[in-house]
Amino acid sequence: MGKSATTRDVHALFHSLRSAYAATANHLKIIDLYIFFAIATALIQVAYMAIVGSFPFNSFLSGVLSCVGTAVLAVSLRIQVNKDNKEFKDLPPERAFADFVLCNLVLHLVIMNFLG
Amino acid sequence: MARDFGFLILAVLVLAATCESAVVSPVSESHRSAALELFSPADGSYGSLEETYEALKTFKVLGIEKKHDIRTSSCASVADALKSTSSALKDFVDALRVNSILKCELNSEAVRGIQSKLKDSLNGANSLIDFYYSIGGLVLLKEQISEVDVHLGDADRIFRSIKALGQSDGRWRLSSNNPESSNNAAGIALEALAGVISLATPQIDNSLITTLKNDILKLFDGIERYDDGTCYFDEKLVGARGHQSPLSSSASVVRGIAAIAAATTETLNLPGEKILGLAKFFLGVGVPGSAHDLYHQIDALSCLENIRESTPLILSLPATVISVTKKDQLKVRASTVLGSPAPTLSVRLMQIFVSGSKDASVIDQKLKFDAASGMHVLETLPKNIDVGSYIFSFEVIFHNPEHKKTYVSGGRTRVLVHITGVIKTDNAEIVILDGDRGSVETQKKLKLPGDNAVALSANHLQKLRLSFDLSTPFGNVFKPHQAFLKLRHESGVDHIFLVGNSGKKFEIILDFLGLVEKFFYLSGRYDIQLTVGDADMENSFLQPLGFVELDLPDAPEKATRPPPQAVDPYSRYGPKAEISHIFRAPEKRPAKELSLAFLGLVLVPFFGFLAGLAQLGPNLKNFPKSTVPSTFAILFHLGIAAVLALYALFWLKLDLFTTLKALGLLGMFLMFVGHKTLSHLASTSSKLKSV
Repeated sequence: MGKSATTRDVHALFHSLRSAYAATANHLKIIDLYIFFAIATALIQVAYMAIVGSFPFNSFLSGVLSCVGTAVLAVSLRIQVNKDNKEFKDLPPERAFADFVLCNLVLHLVIMNFLG
Repeated sequence: MARDFGFLILAVLVLAATCESAVVSPVSESHRSAALELFSPADGSYGSLEETYEALKTFKVLGIEKKHDIRTSSCASVADALKSTSSALKDFVDALRVNSILKCELNSEAVRGIQSKLKDSLNGANSLIDFYYSIGGLVLLKEQISEVDVHLGDADRIFRSIKALGQSDGRWRLSSNNPESSNNAAGIALEALAGVISLATPQIDNSLITTLKNDILKLFDGIERYDDGTCYFDEKLVGARGHQSPLSSSASVVRGIAAIAAATTETLNLPGEKILGLAKFFLGVGVPGSAHDLYHQIDALSCLENIRESTPLILSLPATVISVTKKDQLKVRASTVLGSPAPTLSVRLMQIFVSGSKDASVIDQKLKFDAASGMHVLETLPKNIDVGSYIFSFEVIFHNPEHKKTYVSGGRTRVLVHITGVIKTDNAEIVILDGDRGSVETQKKLKLPGDNAVALSANHLQKLRLSFDLSTPFGNVFKPHQAFLKLRHESGVDHIFLVGNSGKKFEIILDFLGLVEKFFYLSGRYDIQLTVGDADMENSFLQPLGFVELDLPDAPEKATRPPPQAVDPYSRYGPKAEISHIFRAPEKRPAKELSLAFLGLVLVPFFGFLAGLAQLGPNLKNFPKSTVPSTFAILFHLGIAAVLALYALFWLKLDLFTTLKALGLLGMFLMFVGHKTLSHLASTSSKLKSV
């Protein structure tokens, strides 16, 4: 009896989350998708390392950190671009995007150097 | 081995030269050939007049007929020197000296001019050199041209002025203001004084000549001596004229003394021992290497030969190594310093000393004179002389007692003589004995000297005995300098033992029980080598005898290790041992298929991203439409693509600095373009908002 109530609650929770999420703006959803697949790539690399060992450790690190780094930068972009965020009201989104592009370029320069 | 033998002989001879028994030999063909070689004319003359004189005088004394035709050129230079008004005194004298040998034709007017110049300079002379040259020139003139009047009226005054420069120790100063005195100057002064004596009319006062005799004796007091009786004059101080060698100083003094002896009829009472010592010094030089030295040596020896009252006589031995096996005979030659035969005399062997000990035996044996060779021959060696080194003491007995006053032979002459012979080796055998009982286990006879190859074996409880007899050709005991037995292990470690003797029998017993530790407990094959040698033994030998297999007990913990053997010096430059490098094992790489699979797997999220994007449906509504902003927008995207391409290139082949340079340029472009695009976008959106 409780079990079905729990499952019903869980289902209801999911449903409400999904509908709430559907309400978010499109560009934020794009950024979320980007973050999700960056993390997925990182996880695949970690799984690979777990299988074959960490021999060129620098390569592993650079790969994982590039994914994680770009995910982090995308998160900060999302925060700054979100119109509901009161803190960054005065910051034009183009400026945030420019920061995102610049930081990504610097991150990837370092990653490429470390890749070996 | 022969080289060692020869070296031993050389060493002993060198030692002999420093002992009391040096042997000198008179002037010989080697001097003549050296003279021809050293005095060889260049361009038809010997150089200056002084050098010409030296060459001519040397040839004359040695009796060499002049091979080089330099007469015309030399006479021409003589005539030039005598005629010229700017010549110094020295040049006149040198020219006259050359002329005294060559006897060229001289212009009488030139001669008269010279004579007056010499006389004037003599009157005004105040230094020794001036006196020497002016008087020397006048003496030479008188010899060569008899009609010239060169008599000295005030000879006493000149004599005294020269003597005033003399010192109490027999040496002379060159001038009154120069305090340095030298033997060389003494020689020059004596020659000058001899010239004064010979030219003086009336005769010089005898008292002056007596004082001169005392001066000469004082000069001899300052002579230097070696232990073997050789005497020479050396300069204590280095004068302003540079260092005079003992050869030139002694030659100068000898010339002076000979000149005095020739000029005066009085006896000078020269010390005979020192004259003989000087003769030995000049002969002991051997054959000098320079022309000047050869001239001084030969000139001095000719002066010594002609000294009236103490002509030195030299006893020389052509061979000081006599072999009894070959039945050599000891020969002695008595001659003057220039090699001319001595007056009739006999040589007696007075004493024989055993070299290196105080034993001496008095012999008094007369040597037979062989008129054909001019040698005195010792026909038979004295009875108790066997193989060994001895010092023979000879004495000269003149047949005519008058000769004793005019010749100097120096009493006893001591000479180091080596009597050599073939030493007989007999009864040589090598034996292995049992330690306790002393019984013979192995016995092998040896042939010494000869080829032997014994093969023995022993253990540490046994002894090895080597014995042999040595005897001289006369059958006496002979104790050689070297009698060694060497055992050499196959690893290179060797041990040397001395073989002792009792009488003729030489024996050594090696007790291996006591030698185990000395041999470093090394068992194995030991090569045996015997060395018997001596300077006077003609058949010294160093021979391998064979080998002995030694069985020694094992080394205990604390035993000393054998010394490391010398590394062959040439192996240092050979190739070294091959080094096998140990590399770190390479990391295990995953299988290729696995890596490719994961490569595909990693790209899956990217495609998933694109799929999700498609689902979300982004649009390009905000892309600028008008020309300029759209160009900028396109360039912005292209710029980002270019930077990513640059990164790809960086990973593939570029280095950081090139990348940074390119990135700087691209970055600036991108900044500009991006700024333009984004500001345009910002302005459009703000316009929208405001609207």
